[in-house]
Amino acid sequence: MAERSFKREVEHLRLGAGAEFEGEGILAVTKALLQAGVAYIGGYQGSPISHLMDVFADADPLLRELGVHFESSASEAAAAAMLAASVNYPLRGAVAWKSVVGTNVASDALSNVASGGVKGGALIIVGEDYGEGSSIMQERTHAFAMKSQMWLLDPRPNLPSIVAMVEHGFALSEASNTPVMLELRVRACHVTGSFIAKDNRRPPLTVGQAAASPVRDLDRIVLPPANFLHEHEKIEQRWPAAIRFVADQRLNEHFGASTGDVGIIVQGGLFNMLNRALELVGLSDEHGQARVPIYCMNVTYPLIPDELAAFCAGKRAVLMVEEGQPEFIEHELNTLLRRADLNTRVVGKDVLPRAGEYTGQVLVDGIVRFLAAHAPALAVIRPAAPVVDEPIAAHVPQRPAGFCTGCPERPIFSAMKLVQRELGEHHVSADIGCHLFSILPPFHIGNTTMGYGLGTAGAAAFRPSAGTGGKRAIAMMGDGGFWHNGLTSGIGNAVFNQDDTVTIIVDNGYSAATGGQDILSSRADNAVRQTNNPIERAVRGMGVRWARTLTRTYDVAAMRDTLKAALTTPEHGPKVIVAQSECMLNKQRRIKPLLAKAERDGQRVVRERFGVDADTCTGDHACIRLSGCPSLSVRANPDPLRQDPVTHIDNTCVGCGNCGEVAHAAILCPSFYKAQIISNPAWHDRLRHWVRRGLIGFLQRRHARAVQARAF
Amino acid sequence: MALPPLDAAEPDRRRITIAILALGGQGGGVLADWILDTARTQGFVAQGTSVPGVAQRTGSTVYYIEMVPRPTGDNRDPPVLALNPVPGDVDIVIASELMEAGRAILRGFVSKDRTTLIGSTNRIYAISEKSALGDGTGSSERIIAAAHRRAARFIGFDMEDAAVKAGSLISSVMLGALVGSKALPFDAAAFETAIRAGGKAVAANLKGFAAGIAGARMEAPAPLADAPAPQPTSPAGHRLAARVASALPGAAHGFAIEGVRRLMDYQDAAYAEHYLDRLEAVRSLDDGSDDWALTRETARALALWMAYDDVVRVADLKIRATRSARLAQEVRVRPDQVLRVTEYMHPRLREVCETLPAPIGRAILRRPMLRRLLAPLFATGRHVETTSLRWFIVLRLAAGLRRFRRTSLRYAEEQARIEAWLGAIRTAAARDVAFATELARNQRIIKGYGDTFDRGLANFGKVMAAAAELGGGQVGAVRVRQLREAALADDTGCALDQAIAAR
Repeated sequence: MAERSFKREVEHLRLGAGAEFEGEGILAVTKALLQAGVAYIGGYQGSPISHLMDVFADADPLLRELGVHFESSASEAAAAAMLAASVNYPLRGAVAWKSVVGTNVASDALSNVASGGVKGGALIIVGEDYGEGSSIMQERTHAFAMKSQMWLLDPRPNLPSIVAMVEHGFALSEASNTPVMLELRVRACHVTGSFIAKDNRRPPLTVGQAAASPVRDLDRIVLPPANFLHEHEKIEQRWPAAIRFVADQRLNEHFGASTGDVGIIVQGGLFNMLNRALELVGLSDEHGQARVPIYCMNVTYPLIPDELAAFCAGKRAVLMVEEGQPEFIEHELNTLLRRADLNTRVVGKDVLPRAGEYTGQVLVDGIVRFLAAHAPALAVIRPAAPVVDEPIAAHVPQRPAGFCTGCPERPIFSAMKLVQRELGEHHVSADIGCHLFSILPPFHIGNTTMGYGLGTAGAAAFRPSAGTGGKRAIAMMGDGGFWHNGLTSGIGNAVFNQDDTVTIIVDNGYSAATGGQDILSSRADNAVRQTNNPIERAVRGMGVRWARTLTRTYDVAAMRDTLKAALTTPEHGPKVIVAQSECMLNKQRRIKPLLAKAERDGQRVVRERFGVDADTCTGDHACIRLSGCPSLSVRANPDPLRQDPVTHIDNTCVGCGNCGEVAHAAILCPSFYKAQIISNPAWHDRLRHWVRRGLIGFLQRRHARAVQARAF
Repeated sequence: MALPPLDAAEPDRRRITIAILALGGQGGGVLADWILDTARTQGFVAQGTSVPGVAQRTGSTVYYIEMVPRPTGDNRDPPVLALNPVPGDVDIVIASELMEAGRAILRGFVSKDRTTLIGSTNRIYAISEKSALGDGTGSSERIIAAAHRRAARFIGFDMEDAAVKAGSLISSVMLGALVGSKALPFDAAAFETAIRAGGKAVAANLKGFAAGIAGARMEAPAPLADAPAPQPTSPAGHRLAARVASALPGAAHGFAIEGVRRLMDYQDAAYAEHYLDRLEAVRSLDDGSDDWALTRETARALALWMAYDDVVRVADLKIRATRSARLAQEVRVRPDQVLRVTEYMHPRLREVCETLPAPIGRAILRRPMLRRLLAPLFATGRHVETTSLRWFIVLRLAAGLRRFRRTSLRYAEEQARIEAWLGAIRTAAARDVAFATELARNQRIIKGYGDTFDRGLANFGKVMAAAAELGGGQVGAVRVRQLREAALADDTGCALDQAIAAR
């Protein structure tokens, strides 16, 4: 089960015509898909589209009622390949993932499906993880649309526009026999709003019905001679069809003044921020009634030459607001205007930054520069650039993301630090997942990350040669990455090439970083998926001979010793350590309500948490440097003689015990204690407590008298 | 050139913009939902955005809300609302923690002409602050001063504390503070409806909400006064207090009295007398410059060093009734619950030998065969359940070794180190008091137990050795301070080695 339950949102999916749907952008997309008569849905979770996958995972009964097939795909490549169902059959299919990384993984299948073309509408929903909050390399999905000639939709970020574009996207795909991508930026995925719902539509043809009467068309298969045919089809038929459809349906919009010396062309997804920037310079209002003409591209690929030429004609200059780089649209716009023999000046990346997110302030600055150069009469108000308070800058610390309180991955890296103390530093090839937080303070572990499930492959070049003192490389991998790609690209590759790498696979029961979705090795029983497939069995099946499974990562000493053994064993070939403990975020979500209920029902419940004795803590914070748990913090030293803050464990502690184990394994200090708080104690608890309290109390009173006797 | 105020650009501005800066998991999303739900019931079009995902795991994140009144019958196009806060355009900033308020200021979200800044003044330390070997925490005072200076209005109080007292999460207190600030045109009842509609932990959230309203209306609390100096209760205490009063300058009384109190508790009155003997020897060389800094700092550092944390001391502190009471309060045990406490202790052979009488301890440590034989007994850490009778008695016996402490190996070692250090201070003080003060402060380098202690001791040795080569004076004092800071800069010793090499 995912981190967040969407049972309530699933009910919204049932809304009928006329009802008002309220929620996030990405949830509006789920409803729009059902309204469009989608026959099958797939995808791979990842911010910012995880919620889409989670909603469908929770919506199984409804999907069955409607005859819609849903898969939690093993990877984006698997999801993209699923679109093959729309090649021969009039089936509407949708897949979703985080982009650009997911599109990278999917691109083999995407190239193939885009080459052969589709009969049923094929929609690819990409969450463009760009700008603030992004966790990936900053690239554009736009490039994929261009190279494979798939159409790219970039709707204005409000729910009615997004929902309309889902419906149009399917129709466009069918009209032009081309897969269509719908791009949503991070905040658009999570923007709240409402739209008026329509009834859900059963797909006219279900995947089951299609499978019952197969259709084959040799011309749709990417192999000579059809592959050459496809390229011509793209240029001669599909592209013109798409342009006709976009123009006829008026998918791109005009805002603001109908004429003017200058105009602005904007990607649909940036329209709202552009309007705010125009408001701030006094050129628009909250209803989008701008004093300059605006051409809003809800379709950013292909461009519609006639529309653009008509917009630019008679204007001295247009400002092209295009986020990210390279500036593909600006380049093509220049070409289009040259071909149309229009002398309108295209201004874009010369006044706006070439790289980085186009936030409000960035757009204000760009517009001011544009107007100053090309329409000084319009440059009425120039908002002051905000003054930044320099004196406090040194005091506001960076707050990078890190492991959660009680995270079972933390002790793995604590153990790694202890091993490196003994054996020296090793090259560590990191992977994608929560474990990548190891590269940050306090662990500072990890040299590279090459992609999801590619940790082991990323270490493939490193090979200790005998006698040179070389060291084995360590590769990290999460269970999510392992099943996504790591089993073949990492483990299979290492077995085949007899790499000497040590791979640590974090087996926490979920695809944790993407929101806690189930995967093949999850321990949860899932009614509609097959879980509980052990990772060690898979790697042994691949041919790994040295494999160990540790069932409790919090045992830092065992982690340390196993890792040391893997790094020093004379055995050649890949070594794999499967480190198991449940993701604490999900575990707490799972057990907290159960424990609370048990306690209310009068059952004996033991809650554990840890603490630090301020009396004996000397404020060195070695424990924090080896752990980094959010609940392990500092506070002012209560000792009037000491100056450095003492370590302190706050009440968010979940009692995982890592700090105590680290203190033990690293021989740090005697300040850590574990408190076990027993609610609804049983009679034997109470009896023992009563006896102990009596005797210990007696001894404590005597001790107190002795202390008092020598007191100040 | 004076720039016109922003509103000149937007004379008909009706929107209200709110940025919420919170840490992942603090309920910022819930707070945003309450505000959005309330705004919608009050005839506003409201939109919220957020950035969930990995970036949110314990990192800081911004929720952003815009709302525009939309009276019934308004048939214009729906308003176009922005997805990100624009610097200078934010009406209300709510920060769940003090440094997040600081971050809002740095990002330009807080402006003098429009922004109501509502910030909790509690600290959740960032990893860079808490992993420092010494004190790496940022200055709260500066952030609070900046908040007053930069915002049109600053409402700040410890919302986390209010939440704990109300048994709620901080989000409901922040909502209360927002309502108490009257920065939004909605009354408390409207928000309460939203909390009830949320359906989760309603009672606790309403309590936190009320605490937030009250907190926003409260005057800023007066800063806490320093704790009063301990008063003598025993004849020996009175005698020693009188000695402190007569022999030491007033500026050093606070530390010296605490030092005496601690060492009587640690060992006995004679040990405290010994402390004052040593201190007075330094006092006699102090010229009183910088408000008797040499005597003050020596009083502080010497007391800490003489009360070094050995097995006896740790055992003594762990078994006290006052500690049991403190723990019960810290982990919030209710009277109907049972508490068990387990300590993570790892005395190695060396610590055990140090507790033994010096000749025996030395004899064992000098014999490799014997050490190899005995070491496995102390190779693993112990889980010591101090609430069990068995372990309590073991620790009580260990604490009882106090009376034999003066014969122990550790005592001999520590007294020798202390004397060497005091000797260096006295020698330096004869020439340059400020330089000697820096040497006194070097005690801070020695910390912790086990490996940490060894590292600190080695660094202390390096700094003192380097200092011995300096002639004193202003340059020497600065140099010692720099070396001390380098010793506390990292736990690999790199910074210190570089600093020593960089002569």
